[in-house]
Formats: sequence, structure tokens, C-alpha cells
Amino acid sequence: MIELLVNSVSIPMVAFLIVSLIMFFAGVFGFLTRKNLIMILISVELILNAVDINFAVFNRYLFPEQMEGLFFALFGIAIAACETAVAIAIIINIYRRFGNVEVDNVNKLKG
Amino acid sequence: MTDILIFILLAIVIIAFSILAVTSKHVIRSAVYLLFVLLGTAGLYLMLNYHFLFAVQVAVYAGGIMVLFIMAIFLTHQPGENVRKKTNWKIVSSSLLSISGIALCGYIIVKNINRITSFVREDEIDMQNIGMAMMGTEKYQYLLPFEVISVLLLACIVGAIMIARKDKDEEKHDHIKTRIEELEEKSENNKENKI
Repeated sequence: MIELLVNSVSIPMVAFLIVSLIMFFAGVFGFLTRKNLIMILISVELILNAVDINFAVFNRYLFPEQMEGLFFALFGIAIAACETAVAIAIIINIYRRFGNVEVDNVNKLKG
Repeated sequence: MTDILIFILLAIVIIAFSILAVTSKHVIRSAVYLLFVLLGTAGLYLMLNYHFLFAVQVAVYAGGIMVLFIMAIFLTHQPGENVRKKTNWKIVSSSLLSISGIALCGYIIVKNINRITSFVREDEIDMQNIGMAMMGTEKYQYLLPFEVISVLLLACIVGAIMIARKDKDEEKHDHIKTRIEELEEKSENNKENKI
């Protein structure tokens, strides 16, 4: 335990958490205010990224002997990649059908 | 000391660019700002000594997802087209919501952070350990989620292709339309020539 205390990094944990907190709420703000579908997707990416930082930080600072947070962040990145690919396919399809990607214009289903 | 300086630089880059990314008028600019945010996040992983996570972040996010975003923006936007924003009161209310959320969560974090002790191991995790944990089936090993993710990726590839593909009928229609237009142009040209 004493070794671990000596080796502790000089950056406090709260600094990482504040950075990811601000990133998360910037994403929430963008999600609520933007009308463009791609901008909404960019905001969602910001939110997911903030969550990944939190996983890594909690793992490193609280349980440095284990790797759970690391793997959660890894799988989170993989799922974010999937989600982005499918969402962009849907957006391109919407563009083909409606001519633009504003959320207000997307008001019809195929039926 | 250098650690702290680098961290402050990364934090400023991440905060500034994540706010710029959601407020910029041009979509392509906010995509580039998002790229900077993702690279800054990769820098944070490097500061935490997670080298493998750093590599994955740069390769998957900054490499793959950004290319997807930029191609999607090129496919769906006219050049120079600005993004319309929502009404004023909506911007005000959602910024109020975000700021109050930051205040609330920040208060909770700062108040409770001293309860937990923070011990940090300086050295990085061996690549071998990560590989063993990813490919093992015992406790704290992740072969099953790994395989599930691979199936998910496959399903996502197939689904994305199915969704983004043009319908066959539509394609035929497009083909016929372009053919008709070509013929019309030709006949018009012929008429003009005759006259």
C-alpha cells in the first residue's frame, strides 16, 4: 500500500471527471438545440466519449489492479462505431427520400 | 509538473472544441472540432497509461468514425449551406438545462470525491495481460462479450448496407429517367440543327 501511495499520479481524479462532465453536457446541449441529424449524431458521439473517459478514469484510480473499466471502454467504442455506421446509413436514406437531413422535414413514414 | 501542464493543455483543448463542435454553424467544421476532441481524449488515455485504449481510440474513432462522418456530410450537404438553428427560447432553455446539470453533477463529484482514496499504479498494463483477458473464458475474462461484439459488428455491416442500398425499382426508374432525358436532349439538339 505504501508503494502505491508513493507512486500516485499528481493529477487529481476530479480533474478528469470535470473534463468529461463538461464534454457530456456539451453533448446534451447539442442534442437538444441542433436540427441537423448529423449534428445530433456528433452530439451523441461526444456523450459516448465522455462516458468512455469516465470508465477508464474510475478503473485507473479506484481499481488499478483490474481491467474492467478498460474493457468496458473498449466495448463502448466498438458499439459506438456500430451505432454510427447504422445511423449514417439511415441518414443517407433520409436524404435520398426527403432531400435534406433536417429533423423537422422528416414527418412521413413509408406506411 | 510536465504531467500537469500537458493535462491542462488537453483539458482546454477538449472543453473548447467540444463546446465549439455543438455551436458551430457549419456541419463540416463541427465534424473537424469533434476530431480534435477525440484526439484529446486519446491523449487523456495516454496520460492514464492505457496505451491500448489510446491506440483503439485513434484507430476507430479518429480514423474510422470521422471518415464516416465526413463522407456522410459530403453526401448530404450542399457546399456553403449553413445549419438552421432552433428558436431562441429553446437554445436558452437547453443551455440552462446543461449548465444546471454541470453544476449539480460537479457539486456531487467535488463533494464525494474525498471519500474515495485514489491509488494509482504508474506502469502500463501489459499487452499480454490484455490479450489473455480478452480471449479467456474464466472470471474477469471477456471472450463471450468479444464474440458478441463481433456478431453485432457483422449485423451492423449487413444492416447498414441493406438500409443505405437503393431499391431496385428506384434504380431502374433512375436509369430510365436519365435515358429519357438524354434522348430528349438529343432530339432537341437535332431540331436545333435542322432549323
